Amino acid sequence: MPADKLIFDPVSPVSQEDEAPHPVARKKVRFWIDGREVVAEEGISVLEAAHRVGIEIPSLCYLKNINEIGACRVCLVEIEGARNLQAACVYPVSAGLKVRTSTPRVLRARRTVVELLLSDHHRECTNCIRNLNCELQHLADTLGIRNIRFTGETSNYPIFNKNPFIVRDYNKCIKCRRCEAICSKVQEVHVYSAQNRGFDTVIAPAFMKDLAEVACITCGQCVIACPTASLVEKECIDEVWQALADPDKYVVVQTAPSIQVTLGEVFGLPVGTVVTGKLVASLRRLGFDRVFATDFTADLTIMEEAHELLERLDGRGGPLPLLSSCSPGWIKFCEHFYPEFIPNLSTCKSPHEMFGAITKTYFAQKEGLDPKKIVVVAVMPCTAKKFEASRPEMGSGDWKDVDFVLTTRELARMIRQAGLNFRQLPDEEYDTPLGIASGAGTIFGATGGVVEAAVRTAYAITHGREMGVIDFEEFRGISGVKEAWVELKGRRIKVAIAHGTGNARKVLDRMKAGEQFDYVEIMACPGGCVGGGGQPIFGSRDHKEISLDYRHNRADALYRIDYSRRIRLSHENPAVQKIYAEFLGAPLSETANKLLHTHYTPRGPLPGYAVNPVQ
Amino acid sequence: MLDKYSRLDKVIKVHGRQPGQLIRILHQAQEIFGYLSPEVQAYLAAKLNIPLAEIAGVVSFYSLFNSEPRGKYTISVCLGTACYVKGSQEIFQALKNELDLDDDDTTPDGLFTLRSTRCMGACGLAPVVAINDDIYGQVKAGDVAGILSRYQAKELADDHEYQRPAEHPATAPPPH
Amino acid sequence: MITSTSDLLNIQQQHLPLIEARLGREEAAGEHQILVCAGTGCSSSGSHGLREELKKQVEAHQLQEKVKIIKTGCFGFCKLGPIAVVYPEGIFYCRVRKEDAAALVKGLASGQVITRLLYRDPATGHQPRRMEEIHFFQAQHRIALRNCGLINPEDINEYIARDGYQALAEALTRRPEEIIAAISASGLRGRGGAGFPTGRKWELMAAAPGRPRYVVCNADEGDPGAFMDRSILEGDPHSVLEGMAIAGYATGARQGYVYVRAEYPIAVDRLERAIRQARRAGLLGDNIFGTGFSFNIEIRLGAGAFVCGEETALLRSIEGRRGEPRPRPPYPAQAGLWGKPTVVNNVETLANVPVIIRKGAEWYASFGTKGSKGTKVFSLAGSINNTGLIEVPMGTTLREIIFGIGGGIPGGKKFKAVQTGGPSGGCLPEEMLDTPVDYEALTAAGSIMGSGGLIVMDESDCMVDIARFYLEFSQDESCGRCTPCRVGTKRLLEILKRITSGEGTMDDLKLLEDLSHDVKEASLCGLGQTAPNPILSTLRYFRHEYEAHVRDKYCPAGVCRNLTRRPVLH
Ligand SMILES: Cc1cc2nc3c(=O)[nH]c(=O)nc-3n(C[C@H](O)[C@H](O)[C@H](O)COP(=O)(O)O)c2cc1C
Ligand code: SF4
Ligand code: SF4
Ligand code: SF4
Ligand code: SF4
Ligand code: SF4
Ligand code: SF4
Ligand code: SF4
Ligand code: FES
Ligand code: FES
Ligand code: FES
Repeated sequence: MPADKLIFDPVSPVSQEDEAPHPVARKKVRFWIDGREVVAEEGISVLEAAHRVGIEIPSLCYLKNINEIGACRVCLVEIEGARNLQAACVYPVSAGLKVRTSTPRVLRARRTVVELLLSDHHRECTNCIRNLNCELQHLADTLGIRNIRFTGETSNYPIFNKNPFIVRDYNKCIKCRRCEAICSKVQEVHVYSAQNRGFDTVIAPAFMKDLAEVACITCGQCVIACPTASLVEKECIDEVWQALADPDKYVVVQTAPSIQVTLGEVFGLPVGTVVTGKLVASLRRLGFDRVFATDFTADLTIMEEAHELLERLDGRGGPLPLLSSCSPGWIKFCEHFYPEFIPNLSTCKSPHEMFGAITKTYFAQKEGLDPKKIVVVAVMPCTAKKFEASRPEMGSGDWKDVDFVLTTRELARMIRQAGLNFRQLPDEEYDTPLGIASGAGTIFGATGGVVEAAVRTAYAITHGREMGVIDFEEFRGISGVKEAWVELKGRRIKVAIAHGTGNARKVLDRMKAGEQFDYVEIMACPGGCVGGGGQPIFGSRDHKEISLDYRHNRADALYRIDYSRRIRLSHENPAVQKIYAEFLGAPLSETANKLLHTHYTPRGPLPGYAVNPVQ
Repeated sequence: MLDKYSRLDKVIKVHGRQPGQLIRILHQAQEIFGYLSPEVQAYLAAKLNIPLAEIAGVVSFYSLFNSEPRGKYTISVCLGTACYVKGSQEIFQALKNELDLDDDDTTPDGLFTLRSTRCMGACGLAPVVAINDDIYGQVKAGDVAGILSRYQAKELADDHEYQRPAEHPATAPPPH
Repeated sequence: MITSTSDLLNIQQQHLPLIEARLGREEAAGEHQILVCAGTGCSSSGSHGLREELKKQVEAHQLQEKVKIIKTGCFGFCKLGPIAVVYPEGIFYCRVRKEDAAALVKGLASGQVITRLLYRDPATGHQPRRMEEIHFFQAQHRIALRNCGLINPEDINEYIARDGYQALAEALTRRPEEIIAAISASGLRGRGGAGFPTGRKWELMAAAPGRPRYVVCNADEGDPGAFMDRSILEGDPHSVLEGMAIAGYATGARQGYVYVRAEYPIAVDRLERAIRQARRAGLLGDNIFGTGFSFNIEIRLGAGAFVCGEETALLRSIEGRRGEPRPRPPYPAQAGLWGKPTVVNNVETLANVPVIIRKGAEWYASFGTKGSKGTKVFSLAGSINNTGLIEVPMGTTLREIIFGIGGGIPGGKKFKAVQTGGPSGGCLPEEMLDTPVDYEALTAAGSIMGSGGLIVMDESDCMVDIARFYLEFSQDESCGRCTPCRVGTKRLLEILKRITSGEGTMDDLKLLEDLSHDVKEASLCGLGQTAPNPILSTLRYFRHEYEAHVRDKYCPAGVCRNLTRRPVLH
């Protein structure tokens, strides 16, 4: 063991503050669903209990442990003895309960509810980004809605699409409040709240501002929580097609580590399927001139960040703890809500931005290309990176480091548009040199991965030899906050890992209260990038997965890739070694600083208002 | 304006620490500023450490909170049941015609805001119209012009004292 | 500071004569009291100015020693306000204006009654002098309203003189279970609308684990056209506070909140004073009556949302949030304010509690019907002669209320319907007038008891328009959380608008009925679950009016603007 006994602190991944607290589920009780006897813990919801016995009660507003508000009313069931129909998603089971889930009475009410929703919905499935992946559409299909009896006033709002990351169409909002719940309870950013009331209710930022005008961290969690097309990523597919078709452009694509374990889901492969080879093959067929991996610059990030950490441990180069900086959602969170910790942030750009900078300098020189003709496309799990790419600091005066950020979902659409039969594609290899990566670079895509990768390298640097063990189970898993002690430079350093900004708050507040940490990894999205806002949305395909616990399976796949790699340490990546030798010199060198590092801007929790910050 | 914010600070000092006092604070802020502008809401968000979206959500939920400036006199016509069956709808219509306003609108001179309301508990006097705190009972549509003229006359009398709210009044909070 | 029952009785003795004089039990020779109503109704018709003028006149005649001018609460006769009653004679004056003050004061000495200010019975022309002689009051039985119009609500001593706080003193000598048992035995059911047995609610709360726990008084009274709770709060705030303290003792709560609508400034003011006085007297606060029991009460203001009368919405509003209801279970008794056990009771429910404890469950249960015990306060409004506030034993028929106490329909018009239960209730036609007011009977008739608003409609009211009116209300007040109510009430309203503007079809009638049914079934809270009731009850009893609108494009009452032309008969 390289470190003393690692301390493990399991904290649940999301704050489980229910709207309507159920009695604690403990005792087992016997009850009946559709005449069948069921035994389950008292207090779990009827919906959950029914699911366990193979009955899927339709739902819309329900997000397990996150949004349990009984608002949409599509999960209505009959409870014997109750006068009204009850919402199965919030109705707790108790001994002797008799539930009927599909009587004519129930079906009629559910249908009316969905008809009512549709009567105030801009129904245009054919040209809707969520077509065939929309919970509302799916529900209408399941319930056999054949006619919408109601006409009348419908919502009529302009489309909010002025920011580079998320488009909002209020006319497709069903007021399920899943966005509000995830942003407030999981991310604890509190961008949305219900505004107005009655028919005029909207779930919106204060004063219906655009997300660009409020303290939104651009993480896109609301997008993957949204059952409809009311919240969607801002697409840039057409621009990418255009660049690909332009003979004057040299189009380079990079894929974030997590894409190789999530893209397959869109094409019907099970969650956690590794599709690296097909991913590369599809990109080649789409016409990209080079297909590279962000995993490579993740290794580079580790080189830089590990050295930064060691410098700071030596008392040079900035305060401790060092806070990781690869997650632009987290960066914006810090700028808005914890500006006092900006000096603690690693100055490393996120890996895909490093990648852009390297491509337009090192790679351009090597290949004799005009950097202005290079188009860098990043395939990312993330909406925050769309925002990040637009930050003025990300580029030189002449170019942007990254020109276009596609989410996993957008890439999948391009593959479909090109008519590629993804599942039948051969497995191909990334191009060199920027496609070579270590296992450490790959696990960046899951919570704990950055710390694990950095510790592997930092440990080797300080100990001057290779470590015996490089797997740190303690850094893995879905606990909201993980903590451990690691021995580095002859001292024990305290490491913390948080994913989801709600969990980040816990660690940051402890830091504010004076607790000492040395190295803290924060990823904005629950689960890390495997749970990013640009990842495939389960939507209509599998209700039970809506609870977001699928992130775990995706992370496991990343660790499997890591195990399978010959090289599992960033500093052993030959391409990394080469770029330092040929171009960058050493970590934290002047060139490295210029290209790979950046700075941050305090933004305050109430941008646009002249109020002093929260006291 | 500074004075108003320091009055608000006092309110916050008294009530700000107890949980659940947001509505009371909003009532008082509205009394101080006349309405709850986005700036005032943002100020409260910062001071009370409550997300702005939530404050805006609360303000827009309750009908007694206004996020836009109101006229000097708010005319509330009761459209509660007792008043409705006694013909308050006609009174409301008469006022709309007289003032050329819609529900929840303010006259261009900033004098009157017209709004419909629900039951003020004076149903025994239905139909009821209130102008600020003055309640008029058993009103007839024909009385409307007469009632209004009282306020208009009063206005002429103390015109010099009254400054109507600017279009977009700047309520910038104090520098800190 | 009152620290024992004997302190309380001492104060009662001191102040009793004043009250006895009003009750006609004792002649304080040569002394007069003029009680002037200071309720919302009379305040708006100028009772404040009248009071000031009376004081001036009294001073002018140097009668300060002999004549007392006393504020009091609503008599229930607000339409004829300002009301003033002169004791010890008990002469009941209506529509007393400032200008009448001089004559009134002058008349005191001479014993002269000012006839023009007496009430005139619209039917007989008879002018009774005393309250007890007016049929409107004779037919009532006042328990919850026992002190309204009799005492000065701003003086705790007058409440104490009327046995106030003795029930609390007594309750504190008994075990909480006994108090709950007494309330259960009295048969008292929640007066806020649903009629849930109060004793059972307290029992559930007492059994629920968790601390701290809360008592909440629901004084939101959002039902338009209803002012029962307002009148109690304005006329007798201490009865509610005492009821809350007893509830607190019985259920293990130490903190109470009164959630009162901001539209009731006078009630808020009276409550604030009452709480201050009770605290100062040691009747609220720590160690009440030296028993170690502590209970505090705070006021929380609403801000204009009908749905905040719904208990879970109310609790959220007390927490300073949007007043949106949540599904139950868990019930507030299990998880209420800040997740803690909370009992929510209506103003009138609580005002009944002290009397029940003092006079016994049996006494209370002797009023009313089998399932509905005691009395109920109603507010009469709409097309009725005696608009106002009344309290009658449960089981009294609608006919007696409307044509007896209420004095019938003015202007010789024909009765058409009576609406009970506000926006959640229904409209009952002439045939149903013999229905007794009783929770079950009203429900069976297709309406509900509700909180006590009673609106009378005559032939000039269009029932389709009334249904539209109520839907407009519900739609406006829907919190927007759940689909059936947010969108459903909107669609119902749109259909009704089509019908009242002459664009309705027979299919619309079917759609209206179907959707009403579904909105009731599917909505999250009571608002949506009951919002279609006005439609369903009018469809049930006045379907012909709907059909006239749709088929003949004709509004029989002549209300719907486009539909006033009589159809040509073929
Ligand atoms: C939409 C709606 C509005 C309500 N408004 C009131 C109200 O204004 N006052 C009230 O006491 N109860 C009201 N209630 C009933 C309360 O939810 C609750 O049942 C009552 O306060 C309990 O007190 P009780 O048992 O003493 O009646 C309302 C219920 C609904 C569904
Ligand atoms: S959001 Fe869903 S239902 Fe609405 S248009 Fe898009 S696909 Fe169709
Ligand atoms: S699903 Fe139906 S409506 Fe949609 S495109 Fe096909 S035929 Fe047209
Ligand atoms: S992008 Fe993230 S921070 Fe912004 S609104 Fe959505 S969930 Fe909240
Ligand atoms: S935007 Fe989407 S998630 Fe949010 S309330 Fe609307 S439909 Fe639900
Ligand atoms: S954590 Fe995010 S930014 Fe970092 S490598 Fe993974 S995908 Fe890229
Ligand atoms: S955790 Fe990953 S997906 Fe989420 S914001 Fe950060 S970089 Fe993007
Ligand atoms: S029924 Fe109406 S008021 Fe009640 S929760 Fe639903 S939308 Fe809100
Ligand atoms: S109400 Fe149960 S899923 Fe929405
Ligand atoms: S209905 Fe108008 S005051 Fe009550
Ligand atoms: S307010 Fe005076 S009698 Fe009702």
